[in-house]
Amino acid sequence: MTEVSLNQITKKFGKQTVLNDISLQLKPDTIYGLLGRNGAGKSTLLNILTNRIPASSGSVLIDGQTNINNDRVLGKIYLMSEANLYPNRAKVFQIFRQTAHFYSGFDFELAHQLASKFGLNENLRFSKLSTGYRSILKDIIALSVDAELILLDEPTLGLDANHRELFYRELVETYAQRPRTFVISTHLIEEIAGMIENVLLIRDGKLLLDDTAENLLAQSYSVTGPEKEVQEYTAGLNVIGHDNLGKLRSDYVFGQLDEERVLPDTVTVEGIDLQKLFINLTGQTDKEGQL
Amino acid sequence: MQFNFDSSEPLYLQVAKQIENAIFVGSFEAGEQVPSTTEISRDFQINPATVLKGMNILVSDGLIQKKRGRGMFVLEDAQEKIRVKRKDEFFQDYILKMVIEAKSLGLNQDTVISLVERGFKQK
Repeated sequence: MTEVSLNQITKKFGKQTVLNDISLQLKPDTIYGLLGRNGAGKSTLLNILTNRIPASSGSVLIDGQTNINNDRVLGKIYLMSEANLYPNRAKVFQIFRQTAHFYSGFDFELAHQLASKFGLNENLRFSKLSTGYRSILKDIIALSVDAELILLDEPTLGLDANHRELFYRELVETYAQRPRTFVISTHLIEEIAGMIENVLLIRDGKLLLDDTAENLLAQSYSVTGPEKEVQEYTAGLNVIGHDNLGKLRSDYVFGQLDEERVLPDTVTVEGIDLQKLFINLTGQTDKEGQL
Repeated sequence: MQFNFDSSEPLYLQVAKQIENAIFVGSFEAGEQVPSTTEISRDFQINPATVLKGMNILVSDGLIQKKRGRGMFVLEDAQEKIRVKRKDEFFQDYILKMVIEAKSLGLNQDTVISLVERGFKQK
């Protein structure tokens, strides 16, 4: 089990603050969903975790040790991202071997199995792979390395629906057999909603939420009915967004409802899913969406 | 089986209900093994901890039993237990809701009873 903590991580590119004072601890053997809109700072955070770029201030500790130029510690982490770190001429099987130099417990058997399931020809050169198959190659490596912390930055980029489902199935299966920590950053929230145990939500470089999906959904509601009744019912509650259809209105509430208020017959309260919660918490078009 | 992630019902409860229903309709018979946590997790891309939480509800309801190292098995009286439970819930889950809807439609008691009778006559 590996303990990971980020302590007051701030990252600036010139005058722009991309990450602003982020502190968090990753629980062992947990699947995280790292959510945020484009430019929220997700990839920057993952790159800092793996020491691909330095933080402006703050520290990353893996089992109590800094991750800066520390191969022993970095060997416990694998980051799958858009960056292509392989020589164009290298063939798939050579890339597997090369990976095994750094991650000595690389599971060749699993990698071969997965390559065959995904229809990835191991004799192809990296330069010949399509965007989708480049993602697949990196996903296969991510599932086959013996790291304790697997970071997946848009793992399904370029994958069709069948391959995406296959990837999620394989991910869950290897996780069940060998629990470790996954951090999945993706825009396809619906597709991973059932898998993620814990949500990290970044907005404008700040960590807005760090909680279990179950806790978050247990306090997320849609309140739907005639506009006037809905607004009376949700007045003073933490309304994070709304939808209107003529005079029909849905208010989205994050936080506890007021048990004492009488719910009119015309108004219904339902739960919402993670994607709806995300959209409303990160919406920038209106003034709502504040925590 | 299908799981609805939009549902306001927590996923682990949906897992429990789906398996319970499968036992009730006889898809998993008494003494038979139910799919493992890993299989359900993989096939529906649900976190294993969530699936386990759902399974544990069925264990404490006395519907399935864990056999060490072999998996989960349907208990002999599971189907009967579900039947009893559903009978208890029938009034709350169906009758009360029907009456509320009937009232809002302005249907009186006699009309509803005759509709129920018609429903029984239909196959």
